[in-house]
Amino acid sequence: MVQKLDTLQETPSQTAGPYVHIGCIPSFAGVEGIYPEDLGKRAIEEGASGEDITITGSVYDGTGWALRDAMIESWQPDASGKFPGQPGADPKVSGFARFAADGDTGEFTLRTVKPGPVPARGGMQAPHIALWITARGINTGLQTRIYFDDEDNAGDPILSRIEQAHRRDTLIARRSGAGTYRFDIRLQGDGETVFLDL
Amino acid sequence: MADGPLIPRNREIHPPAYDVDYKTSVVRSPRQPLLSMESTPSEETGPVFGHDLIGPWDNNLILNHTQGEAPAVGERILVHGRVLDETARPVPGTLIEAWQANAGGRYRHVKDGYLAPLDPNFGGCGRTLTDDDGYYEFLTIRPGAYPWPNRANDWRPMHIHFSVFGASFGQRLITQMYFEGDPLIDRCPIVATIKDRSQIDRLVAPLDMAKARPLDFLAYKFDIVLRGRRQTMFENKPEGM
Repeated sequence: MVQKLDTLQETPSQTAGPYVHIGCIPSFAGVEGIYPEDLGKRAIEEGASGEDITITGSVYDGTGWALRDAMIESWQPDASGKFPGQPGADPKVSGFARFAADGDTGEFTLRTVKPGPVPARGGMQAPHIALWITARGINTGLQTRIYFDDEDNAGDPILSRIEQAHRRDTLIARRSGAGTYRFDIRLQGDGETVFLDL
Repeated sequence: MADGPLIPRNREIHPPAYDVDYKTSVVRSPRQPLLSMESTPSEETGPVFGHDLIGPWDNNLILNHTQGEAPAVGERILVHGRVLDETARPVPGTLIEAWQANAGGRYRHVKDGYLAPLDPNFGGCGRTLTDDDGYYEFLTIRPGAYPWPNRANDWRPMHIHFSVFGASFGQRLITQMYFEGDPLIDRCPIVATIKDRSQIDRLVAPLDMAKARPLDFLAYKFDIVLRGRRQTMFENKPEGM
């Protein structure tokens, strides 16, 4: 026998299911009047410093079908790389947003400001937005990140760790116009997005 | 002691992404391995929600859809418990969101067409913040079981969905709470995505008569554990933080 550890085990995950919106984005489900507004409706308030950007994309399954029921959350720092609550952080940046794939087209939209670079143990990280993806059929929420093709991503410790260099592109949003980017997520198959375990 | 990186997720306790008996997972499961690395400030920070977010009826699903006007139909229950992290510390002030079907097994969602009727007095969502000890309560009705399209005759056991934030984005968790004694638990392919029986048991809330209120409601206890941060006196801080 040995001594007993004091640590607990994390509660097991279960799929968020097709009705995740009821709990997380009630107005999307058609549930109105319980909360004044959906949580995470916007990542920024008007007047947030930095470059206003709009990211659109879809979440595709292994057959190439865009999910209509995905719910995504994003978390990011302000334009100077400070997270809400840190000294000097932009008070107009909440940093947290929730958005759903459209029920008809499967497309999602995130409006925010371009985040600044963020430190890590042992180096700086290129500007990125952390994502968490849930849907029916996703048993444990999937972590990934949005980087930007017009930023210097060369020294980023996460991107650098992706052995197959071409797969790094799955985490990089492509600029499609003034302040607009495209970022598609592929759950499986050709061009499968790199999902993270951080 | 300082908070270090998040303790790496023990994937053994979680369901694998691919499970042939949960058909939707087949085309929605990544085939490439996850990229495992130490957490960074992007995972070690997270949104903070204050008490100003929470309305007076938010954790009362019996009354919140009508803002106190008329109660929902169903077996009245209190669901309560604590949120702890892997280091066994309570997680205070964290947001819990819950959603569920009504007593007939029907969700108030534009995509749910099950023939059981909607209850005009039941919305199906609630939220609350844990107190300083990590404790929370919801008052609700027991959701009904319902059929779902998977294998020819699959039914979901009675369950309540839980979404928990913790103090950092890397702790984010969504799971489901089941009810002690429900025979459908052992027949459900979504429950069975969890391969270790002892881990399934951790999602089954026991009847808790000590918290039941006579002539009013029964009670079920559901504790939740989130990832913790490594505690060490030898912490390396992120550059510039």
